[in-house]
Amino acid sequence: MEPDLMKTMLRDMLLARAFEERAAQEYAQGNIAGFLHLYPGEEAVAVGVLRAAEPADYIVSTYREHVHALVRGIPPGVVMAELFGRKDGCCGGMGGSMHLFDRERRFMGGYAIVGETFPVAAGIGYAVAMRGLPEAVICFFGDGAVNQGTFHESLNMAALWKLPVLFVCENNHYQIGTEIHRHSAVAEVHKRACAYRIPAKRIDGMDVLAVHDATIEALEQIRVGNGPQLLECETYRFRGHSMADPGSYRPRVELQAFESNEDPVKIAIAETVAGYPSEEQIAAAGSGNIERLSGELQRSELLTVAQLEAMKKEVAEVVEEAVRFAGNSPEPVMADARAALDCNRHDEVLI
Amino acid sequence: MADEVYYWQALNRALDMELAADDSVIVLGEDVGLYGGSYRVTEGLYAKYGEWRLRDTPISEGSFTGLGVGAALAGLRPVVEIMTINFALLAFDAIVNMAAKIPFMSGGQFPMPLAVRMPGGVAKQLAAQHSQRLEQMLMNVPGLRIAVPATPQDAWWQLRQAIRSDEPIILLEHELLYFSKGKLEPQREAPPMHRARVHRKGADLTIITWSRMLDLSLRAAGKLAEKGIEAEVIDLRSLRPVDWQCCAASLQKTHRLLVVEEDSRFARAGAEICAGLAERCFYELDAVPQRVAAQEIPIPFNAALEAEAIPRVADIVAAAEGMCG
Ligand SMILES: Cc1ncc(C[n+]2csc(CCOP(=O)(O)OP(=O)(O)O)c2C)c(N)n1
Ligand SMILES: [Mg+2]
Repeated sequence: MEPDLMKTMLRDMLLARAFEERAAQEYAQGNIAGFLHLYPGEEAVAVGVLRAAEPADYIVSTYREHVHALVRGIPPGVVMAELFGRKDGCCGGMGGSMHLFDRERRFMGGYAIVGETFPVAAGIGYAVAMRGLPEAVICFFGDGAVNQGTFHESLNMAALWKLPVLFVCENNHYQIGTEIHRHSAVAEVHKRACAYRIPAKRIDGMDVLAVHDATIEALEQIRVGNGPQLLECETYRFRGHSMADPGSYRPRVELQAFESNEDPVKIAIAETVAGYPSEEQIAAAGSGNIERLSGELQRSELLTVAQLEAMKKEVAEVVEEAVRFAGNSPEPVMADARAALDCNRHDEVLI
Repeated sequence: MADEVYYWQALNRALDMELAADDSVIVLGEDVGLYGGSYRVTEGLYAKYGEWRLRDTPISEGSFTGLGVGAALAGLRPVVEIMTINFALLAFDAIVNMAAKIPFMSGGQFPMPLAVRMPGGVAKQLAAQHSQRLEQMLMNVPGLRIAVPATPQDAWWQLRQAIRSDEPIILLEHELLYFSKGKLEPQREAPPMHRARVHRKGADLTIITWSRMLDLSLRAAGKLAEKGIEAEVIDLRSLRPVDWQCCAASLQKTHRLLVVEEDSRFARAGAEICAGLAERCFYELDAVPQRVAAQEIPIPFNAALEAEAIPRVADIVAAAEGMCG
């Protein structure tokens, strides 16, 4: 692993965590309304996958997509402004939290009807394949989305026509309040891919390195024309489904176990920062990811504790600035909404 | 005895009552069981009736609604909850091609005791995909009936009637009504499910509306009264069939028609109401029928634009004044 990439991914994850926690605060203060689905706990998936992608690849995501947008390079202020519904947001305040789009960055949208990402990704993949380009489409979806017919229909077409799509399941084990064993007859999502002869893997979605490596491998296969691949990233969300959901259906101990042993940000820090955590902390933490990764961190010495603290501070300032930018951005007016609706009419004048 | 309850509580009690009364009643939908429903409508029922009666489904709207159709064919009385009408677009095959057609195509062999409940309005900054009003898409399907309860009392009555009906019934609720309160008199005898109700009497114009727009229309009527205009406010309660009789009787008195709908104007429910009443009451009318409706645009996420896109009390007042001036 190149040291710079590891540092970049760690910063991505710190920014993601800080951005989302701040979004929650802004929601509580009334600056953001509507459904707000946050990503803490799942950072390693978006970061690991998207840092393995090329700028020419396309991204299709769900309503839980702020972090995908950030890692893709949409400026934090522009994302926050969209959450605020302002004119400088990436969709001019028309889409909001669940519908981030950025054509230039090939960020093909956040979709809020579960199951929509599959056919959209397949369609983009069709366009890429027909033109014979070395580009890939990355399609994010949750564990709950695989029971929508579009999952099966789209996987079939993608495999049939060898479309360059990487299907990435963010398996956080819950479809709002319904745990995966209560919504899926086969809870191992990757196993479903074999019905369409799509190569698939289950990986530790809390480990950004594992996610990154698996994505690189999968994208290599896709780029040489071998057709779609599927990655099931096992992860967990630390918050409720959205800000409207207290999440009381999950056992307290389950959440605690994930927070203390599986936090992807802590794991990334452990993988990057020399001597952090200390030997004693590792011993106290007991078994789990941190211990598993302790050998690597001792070897790596990529970042000192002081550098980590500086990185956290820098990220906090970026988030602060994003909120300032969003707050200062003007509200769109109805003429802006009309312009968005009629954007494809060009010069045609209708009677 | 009249109890003040939330709209969701009225639905909850209605379900409880029917689940207890008839063990062929089942409830299907996402998070209707353990979670108790996104809007609390099924709260407490899973513990009471168990998983066969309240089934948490996968996100498979097309198939769990279709499953409801199959279960109805085999003698159950399913209540399918679709989280919002926006997701019902995925279940249109089951609703339109199956539920509405099977009794007919079979030459009348099969009852279709299916109720499909869902909210379908503009809530608060849920953006374009989650803010659609699609009643007009179901209104034109022979074989379906659509009830639109605007109050807890109607929610209670109409859900129970829907469950007991052998026809497929769409119960169109509203995200912002679930936490509104109103009187519930459980013992009061229910009017037929499709009967409109005059909520306020007046002689100057007739305001016809339904669902959440009833509240806005009543508030507008209050303001109009201060200006000396007495509006009669009718809650349709049902969009298929429409209670033309009630509406026509009112127009015979007021001679002015104003339809207030949350959906936009073009080819929506209000157009049918205006056309239907123009046909029936043309010579009674003293003014061109008017509509207060949403703007012809997907709902923007931005809060101010969202509010601007749909009718407000002031819009209703202005339209009524314009007609009575
Ligand atoms: C077609 C459709 N049905 C239902 C919903 C409501 N809904 C939004 S998110 C969600 C759960 C999705 O779970 P999952 O796919 O696991 O993604 P997660 O939110 O856990 O990331 C549901 C049921 C929806 N948006 N679209
Ligand atoms: Mg999930």
